[in-house]
Amino acid sequence: MTTIMSIRDLNVSFDTPRGMLEAVRGVDLEIEAGTSIGIVGESGSGKTVMSRAAMGLLQGRNVRRTGTVVYDGQELTAMTREQVRNTFGTGMAMIFQDPMTALNPVRRIGSQLSEGLRVRLGLSKKAASARSKELLDLVHIPDAQAMLHKFPYQLSGGMRQRVMIAIAIACKPKLLFADEPTTALDVTVQAQILQLLRELRQELDMSMVLVTHDLGVVAGNTDSVAVMYAGEVVEYATTKKLFAGMRMPYTEALLQSIPKVDHPSGKRLSVIAGRLPDPIDRGAGCSFAPRCQYVQAKCHTEHPPLEADPDGHLFRCWFPIGGAK
Amino acid sequence: MAKISFWLQRLAQLLIVLLLVTFGVSMLLRLIPVDLATVLLPVGSESERAVLRAEIGLDKGPIAYYLQWLGDFVQGDFGKIYFSGGTEEVSTHLAQAMPRSMLLMIYTQVFALAVAIPLGVISAYRAGRRADRIISNTLFTFSSVPSFAIALILIIIVGTKLAWLPTLGYVTYSEGFAEHFKHMIMPVLALSVGLIATYTRLLRADMIAALREDYVTMAASKGLSDRRILWRHVFRPSSITLFTSAALSMGGLIGGAIVIETIFATYGVGFEIFAAISGRQYVALQSTVAVIALFYVLFNLVVDIASGFVDPRTRDRRVNA
Repeated sequence: MTTIMSIRDLNVSFDTPRGMLEAVRGVDLEIEAGTSIGIVGESGSGKTVMSRAAMGLLQGRNVRRTGTVVYDGQELTAMTREQVRNTFGTGMAMIFQDPMTALNPVRRIGSQLSEGLRVRLGLSKKAASARSKELLDLVHIPDAQAMLHKFPYQLSGGMRQRVMIAIAIACKPKLLFADEPTTALDVTVQAQILQLLRELRQELDMSMVLVTHDLGVVAGNTDSVAVMYAGEVVEYATTKKLFAGMRMPYTEALLQSIPKVDHPSGKRLSVIAGRLPDPIDRGAGCSFAPRCQYVQAKCHTEHPPLEADPDGHLFRCWFPIGGAK
Repeated sequence: MAKISFWLQRLAQLLIVLLLVTFGVSMLLRLIPVDLATVLLPVGSESERAVLRAEIGLDKGPIAYYLQWLGDFVQGDFGKIYFSGGTEEVSTHLAQAMPRSMLLMIYTQVFALAVAIPLGVISAYRAGRRADRIISNTLFTFSSVPSFAIALILIIIVGTKLAWLPTLGYVTYSEGFAEHFKHMIMPVLALSVGLIATYTRLLRADMIAALREDYVTMAASKGLSDRRILWRHVFRPSSITLFTSAALSMGGLIGGAIVIETIFATYGVGFEIFAAISGRQYVALQSTVAVIALFYVLFNLVVDIASGFVDPRTRDRRVNA
């Protein structure tokens, strides 16, 4: 199997008036061609910043990024912005979290969709327009021809998300970052969109990084899962192994916080008490220690390394669930 | 259908504004504690003044006076300018002054936008960096100098010391294309400095806000160049405040360039107002103010129509409202 993207020791921090905000800390990830990897964590865990930094989409004078990102044999972190840009659309693409804000409000769907085709693939206006219609058909939008002339505000959330997916896959990318593609949508639409992404991955033979806070979404849609907490990967395994036996207390807590249909009504939802640590001053010890129900003295003083089980299951915990290391 | 009734409503609102403005001006004139006929005809006989009072309705109550003025105005009779040798029609004066002011306004506007738009785009793109700081500080410095001072400095340096440009008067373009523009350069510069600063600031602020939007990152992820993103994705949604402000300043430029038109003696509408005030030509003043108000209102309407094209969202929102 070939590796489509390899991320090594990726650190992202933002220079803020209070000090350096470390959003992503020492992330290593390998994404095999044709596979799908889930990045899971609560809001603020660094998953969106991580995926944008991997693509090189973070801009601004206060952004500090270190580490290497290699995409398809090219070291993105050593390339100029123009060179990186040439991998967008045809190589890497991204679906954004909120379909309400990620489409330009004053431009027609057709022009937003055909733009990438014209700039990146050099299609003529006519060819791009015809291809745009095909793309809208591909993401199951009814009456695609009429849709090309509409503005985003005239569409429902589910339709906008489909349009965004169509834009992302327009130039047949090899690697698709899907940043919370279903979070802004209601549950029935969510299932349709996930189904659509599965179909498209097969059709286009595309690798995918699925960023989500929802372990349920990850379950049927990914080959492996990286759980992030406070900017670090805290657990990594194939999706099967992870659900068969999670080692990291945070992952367990995350799973327990999903409400279940067979819960008696009136039962309180379980939540992870406390908050994420201050990203500017994280302190020593395990980042999750203050909220962990299995916490011991060592957890407060020493930062656990990411360690592997014999079967390759990675976790960052001194006292993992399921016992000894 | 909803659209037609919306525009009818809008027109009705504008008419009401016009009526209120002209009525207000009319009332103000009648509040002046002097006999207007004496002011207008200081050397005439009492019988001549009686004829004048009857002619323009000064012998009636304020409301009847206003209605008579309004009736004349809508028929194109803007009243007369009175002086010792006789009278002149206000409409003849305005017919000469209006095109001059319109051209001055259009040149000023085009020049100000042509300078402000690139400056605004650059300073938003380079926000906080050197280019932005230079642009912002320079414009701030210039905009804190009043336009009449800029006009005088220009006259002294460019007009007198260097003798590059004529300092006074107006030449129509049929009389000489080059001369026409030579006479316009300094008034346009004096008028546009403040506008450039305002426009650049508005555009910069709106574009900086728009640059933080998700759809800009989305556009970047499609592999578009910065230039394309700035112009195609950021400029348009950021330009509504700019164009609204530009359109609203047009009305002000037509009648409000009083000082500049007087300094450069271009004899536009602003100068007519100045002349009407200093010569106590109250009827002329009333009609000229009404004409300016009319233009102001018309430009407002243009803004409403144009903003629908710039931002399609406002089109439907208005109809639904």
